[in-house]
Amino acid sequence: MKEKKNIDVAYSLLESDRMRLNVGPQHPSTHGVLRLEVELDGEIVTEVVPHIGYLHRCFEKHCENMTYPQCIPFIDRLDYISSMSNEFPYVIGVEKMAGIEVPERVEYIRVIMAELNRIANHQIAVATFGLDAGAFTPLLYLFRDREFILSIFEKASGGRLLYNYFWVGGLASDVHPTFKEDVLDIIKTVRQTNAEIMDLLVENRIFVERTANVGILPADVAINFGCSGPMLRGSGVAYDVRKAAPYSIYDRFDFDIPVGMGERGTLGDCWDRNIVRMREMEQSCRIIEQAIEQMPSDGDVKEKVPARVKVPKGEIYVKAENPKGELGFYIVSNGKPKPERLRARATSFVNLSVINDISKGYMFADLILILGSIDIVLGEVDR
Amino acid sequence: MGLLDRLDNPFDGGGIALGYVEDILNWGRAKSDWYLQFGLACCAIEFMAVNAPHFDFMRFGTIPRTSPRQADYIIISGTVTLKMADRIKTLYEQMAEPRYVIAMGSCANSGGPYWKHGYHVLKGVDRIIPVDVFVPGCPPRPEALLEGIIMLQKKISMQDIFNKRKKLQAKGITLDEKIAVK
Amino acid sequence: MKANEIYDKLKEEFGDEIIDLVEDEISDPFINVKPDKIDDICLFLRDGEGIDFDYLTMISGMDLGDAIGVVYHLYSLEYKHSIVLKLQVPKGNPDVPTVEKIWRTADWHEREAWDMFGVNFVGHHNLIRILCPYDWEGFPLRRDYKEPEEYHGMKVPY
Repeated sequence: MKEKKNIDVAYSLLESDRMRLNVGPQHPSTHGVLRLEVELDGEIVTEVVPHIGYLHRCFEKHCENMTYPQCIPFIDRLDYISSMSNEFPYVIGVEKMAGIEVPERVEYIRVIMAELNRIANHQIAVATFGLDAGAFTPLLYLFRDREFILSIFEKASGGRLLYNYFWVGGLASDVHPTFKEDVLDIIKTVRQTNAEIMDLLVENRIFVERTANVGILPADVAINFGCSGPMLRGSGVAYDVRKAAPYSIYDRFDFDIPVGMGERGTLGDCWDRNIVRMREMEQSCRIIEQAIEQMPSDGDVKEKVPARVKVPKGEIYVKAENPKGELGFYIVSNGKPKPERLRARATSFVNLSVINDISKGYMFADLILILGSIDIVLGEVDR
Repeated sequence: MGLLDRLDNPFDGGGIALGYVEDILNWGRAKSDWYLQFGLACCAIEFMAVNAPHFDFMRFGTIPRTSPRQADYIIISGTVTLKMADRIKTLYEQMAEPRYVIAMGSCANSGGPYWKHGYHVLKGVDRIIPVDVFVPGCPPRPEALLEGIIMLQKKISMQDIFNKRKKLQAKGITLDEKIAVK
Repeated sequence: MKANEIYDKLKEEFGDEIIDLVEDEISDPFINVKPDKIDDICLFLRDGEGIDFDYLTMISGMDLGDAIGVVYHLYSLEYKHSIVLKLQVPKGNPDVPTVEKIWRTADWHEREAWDMFGVNFVGHHNLIRILCPYDWEGFPLRRDYKEPEEYHGMKVPY
């Protein structure tokens, strides 16, 4: 009879190498041209080095050579998913420096358009996050709803994606006659679809298992890294530029700031960031309803648009709450018609720098989810 | 009984249809062209909207493929920067022939709004790869992209496959002079 | 806290390193500082009692002719005040101490300032280009920059 051999294996002699994998610029789930150099130990991520710059379009160089109104189309193309929100801080800053006061109707239309942009942006964010997790159907529902919002933008400004609508001193054109009824119809549709998406995706057991406790971002790390927007609010810090430093007429509306609370897992994980976005869509609907009620029904939107924008010497930093976070512009003027320096403080550039710290120790498939929950757009990262 | 009896009425009750092999191959290539899933910038969002229910372009036979080895054509949607241009050339060379290129948006056509002071922008993707269809717009409307895809399908269905060398020689082009085979 | 209160606190702590405070009607107030001890100044601003600037909004470069300026925008989440620090370095020798260990977000902002203007941040762990390709030559946002004729065989001008 054969004896059982007593085999003693010294496990310390087994070595495993780390592997460097390239998640290259062309990849279905990198949300654009981003290159991630990932160091893996088996399936577990140990280091992530992002390489950016594949969409560097020389935005700051162009703005130094264009007049103040001519910069607005370039500012549109920063966060190209919600273009009107980008133009908002810029026109507010130039108007503040030049001393132009816009009529009331313009303020209300600007707020309504910015909040509709916020809903459109979060729809894409939730849709692509679901796609990263493997759910294809929410993408179809949310893109269908987004088309209704885009039709309103098209009737107002002529473009579906890039508008050049907020001008210094007013707007490019007035809204169409049935604007109020159309917007209220859209709010109803958005609320209905959001209830479906909560049922289909967000409360789904598989989705919760995949996204809870993944990519935990502690609050002090988020503040030190300069994160803003749903990334910061998902970690429990209630910082929103609309409440901390109100601009335009945001202090007239009554709305809450949704904050992550660690309901399904730890505070600051991917599920928290996602639920903050879903709840912000609901708060935007509230703001739009209040604005539609209070909006004056007559007034010329081009009344205060100057023929030539004259900005006196000085410098200013303006910021606004973009859907993705805090977007700011540092405008330096030396009295000439073209700005001396226009620097964009882009949200996604700062938010992306945190990816190395929050994805250590998770599996490779979780890294794709973490990248989806940061919600970057490469036009802002590379400018 | 059998095939020979039905030669008099070929299409009656399902019969024989005759055609050129070239036409049948072109019909197969044109009506089921698979594209490489590749979005660069703002035009990629319009491209995703064409995929979405409202404009739906999967009904034209196009399916997204993630690997260039399995794709028939590539849609360059967005600005091509100098850093990205090397990678686009590699992707194009990795695609198997016959392969086609659609340049979507004014950035891919000729540099777009960044033509004047863009030190890092490639002014038109046709400086590095041969382009079949140009779709103008910034970004182009989804209907414009659909027209571009249908134009590509028409171009594919009219191309020569067999006896290409003889036909080109009849036109006066020898193989040495040809720059790119489409 | 107002800008002049922060200026007074900085002046009594650092003395000569702080040059002056410039206030204007339409501009944001800013404080000019000397470049040598910027990391100590920033540590004091981040940890100081009642000052608490825990959020670095951004670091920008500026071309000022024969000097290069670096601008720091700071914000406090708790007290909701903000301040701007500015310093200047000569173009021939643009060395500035890094504040990367104080706010980790300064890592990428400093890399961008190096890429676009050529400001050398002493002590940075990985000061390489971030937006332009790794073999790019020149600093694009300087005023005297000429765009290259060709790059890797591709023609660059229109």
